Formats: sequence, structure tokens, C-alpha cells
Amino acid sequence: MVTALLVMAGLALVLGAVLGYASIRFKVEGDPLVAKIDAILPQTQCGQCGFPGCRPYATAIANGEADINQCPPGGEPGMLALADLLGVEPKPLNAEHGKPKPKAVATIDEKLCIGCTLCLQACPVDAILGAAKHMHTVIASECTGCELCIAPCPVDCIHMRVIEEKVDNWKWRYPIFEIKQAA
Amino acid sequence: MIENYLLILIGTVLVNNIVLVKILGLCPFMGVSKKLEASIGMGAATTFVLTVGSGTSYLINQYLLGTDLFYLRTLSFIVVIAGVVQFTEMVVEKTSPVLYQVLGIYLPLITTNCAVLGIPLLNVQAKHNFVESLLFGFGGSVGFSLVLILFASMRERMEAADVPTPFRGASIAFVTAGLMSLAFMGFAGLIR
Repeated sequence: MVTALLVMAGLALVLGAVLGYASIRFKVEGDPLVAKIDAILPQTQCGQCGFPGCRPYATAIANGEADINQCPPGGEPGMLALADLLGVEPKPLNAEHGKPKPKAVATIDEKLCIGCTLCLQACPVDAILGAAKHMHTVIASECTGCELCIAPCPVDCIHMRVIEEKVDNWKWRYPIFEIKQAA
Repeated sequence: MIENYLLILIGTVLVNNIVLVKILGLCPFMGVSKKLEASIGMGAATTFVLTVGSGTSYLINQYLLGTDLFYLRTLSFIVVIAGVVQFTEMVVEKTSPVLYQVLGIYLPLITTNCAVLGIPLLNVQAKHNFVESLLFGFGGSVGFSLVLILFASMRERMEAADVPTPFRGASIAFVTAGLMSLAFMGFAGLIR
């Protein structure tokens, strides 16, 4: 009886020691906070925050290098969700990084498109389809409305088309409270 | 000597295949065989766990339990296997996060794979020595991986096949597994 208890206790001790050592030796470095912040960001990859994409911005927020109010596409609800996650005071969106706009998709005027592929290279989400000297078009369901393709177009044939609110895409509004800048 | 070891290997991989002849370890056989990539990873992880598990189980049974404490056999084997699986999970998470994602819940569930407990117990029953136990564990898990990978490749092809509606999904998978088991019965006369 006593030997049985001792044997099991000894076995558990040895295994526990091995696993404890392994958990230090094979520790996974990864920041779960970055992933959580990245999940809140709208994934437009528009770069309006001053970072090359949503993930770098999330990393910068997690490291305390960036503020939470630099994401216009996320708008007020996104900022509030970030403030809630990080436990900091909400603050109004920084106007330097642009203003929130209604959701829009890019459309290419296909009569004017010369097939230069410049917008293909600018698109961060590969939502533009086309080849050199062939007409390009935008995959509307992939487009995040980041407007990065407008500037490179040499013939100005890309325009933003606002997505109108219809019965089939209407959603309840997130509750938004006015926040005033403290003096 | 070497002939004996070779016989153990062939016997466990083909003739007494752990999944198709002994009908052990069906849970991961059905669960992780939807994608070939995942089944290869699962096979590798199970091979590692089973080989290490049967070696340590032999040592524990021989030197720690002996004949007096034989009633602790199942309990202590489970404890050791759970430890080895935990260790494997840590190593996989560190070395291959993609594989860790692909295997998901089936990685910790290797603990409850009855083949992993069955092989050490069969080792004790057959009175294998240390090297034989290791080989038996290794051969058994190679047989498991082989069948898992074959079955996964078949299931990937079946995705594109025109299967009658009532047989779609799990049903045709079980039918296929049964046919595979019949095919493996053909190896039965290979070793006397």
C-alpha cells in the first residue's frame, strides 16, 4: 500500500519535473495581445495610421508606440473597442490620419483603363484583377475601400463608389457616445 | 536475433495492424484522416509518443512495479503516456505552429488513443524485452501512420467522387475503412 503510493507519487514528481523543464525550454514567444488588437482593426490595410498595415499598427499599439485613435476606417466604434480591450481612456479620433468615411468600394471605369497594372501593385489586398495592357477590374467583395489605388492611376479612371444602405445590408448601429477632448 | 526483430516489425506494421486488424485507435483514424497533410503530422506525432511511451512503460513495469505492484500497471502507463503527450505538444507548438494549428484538439487527444495504451499492455502480455518493446511500439505506430495516410489519401479522392447521397460523408468513410480492413486480412498468412 505505502509502496504503491510512493511509486505513484515518485512517478508524478519525475514527470512533473520533466514537463516543468520542457515548458521553460520550449516556451513559445508570441504576443496574444497583438492578435487581439489585430482582430479589432478593420483589415483595410490602408496605411492611414502611418504604419504599413493593420498588423504593424497592432504591434505598435501593443508596444505602446502608437495611440489607439489613428484608424479612420475603424472609426469611433473601433477606437472604443480598442480602449475597452486595453483598459485605457477612449479619445476622439486623430484628424491628422483622416476622417471616417462611409463604406465604399473602388470601381474602375473600364472604358478609360489602359492596363498599366499600377493599381494592381498598390492594392494591399489583391482585390484588383487584370494583366498588362488588358482591362483591370475590382473584385467588389474583396475591396476594403482603402483608396490606395486612386493616386497611382495615370488616367484617373478609379472612383470610390459609396455602398448605399439597402434592406439587405442594413445593420443595427453600434451604440456611440460623444466624447469630448478634455482640456 | 535480427530475424526476430524483423518479424516483430513486419508483424506489427502489416499482419497485426493496430488499426485494421486489432481495431484499436479508431478515433484519430476517423478524425484526422480528412486531410493528407494533417494525417502525416498525426502519424509522426503518434509514432514519437508510442515509441517513447512503450519504452518508458517497459522500464516502469520492469523496474518500478515488478510483480508486486502489477495492479498499478494501467494507472502508471496512463500517467506516463499523458506526460509524453504533453511533452510532444510543447515540442510541436514550438517547432511547427502550422502543424499545431492543423492537428488542433487531436494532438492532446493522443493521450486517449487506445492504441497508445494498448501497445504497452500488449508488450507486457507478450513478455517482450526492452528492445522488443521499443520495436513493437515503433512498428505498431508505423502501421498506424501507414494506414492513416493511405486512408486520408483515399478520403481526399472521395471528396471528388460521385457518391450516392445516403452514403456521403462518414458513411462512405466507414465503408472504405471496412474494405481496407478486409484487404489487410490478406497479409494474415505472411508470418506463421
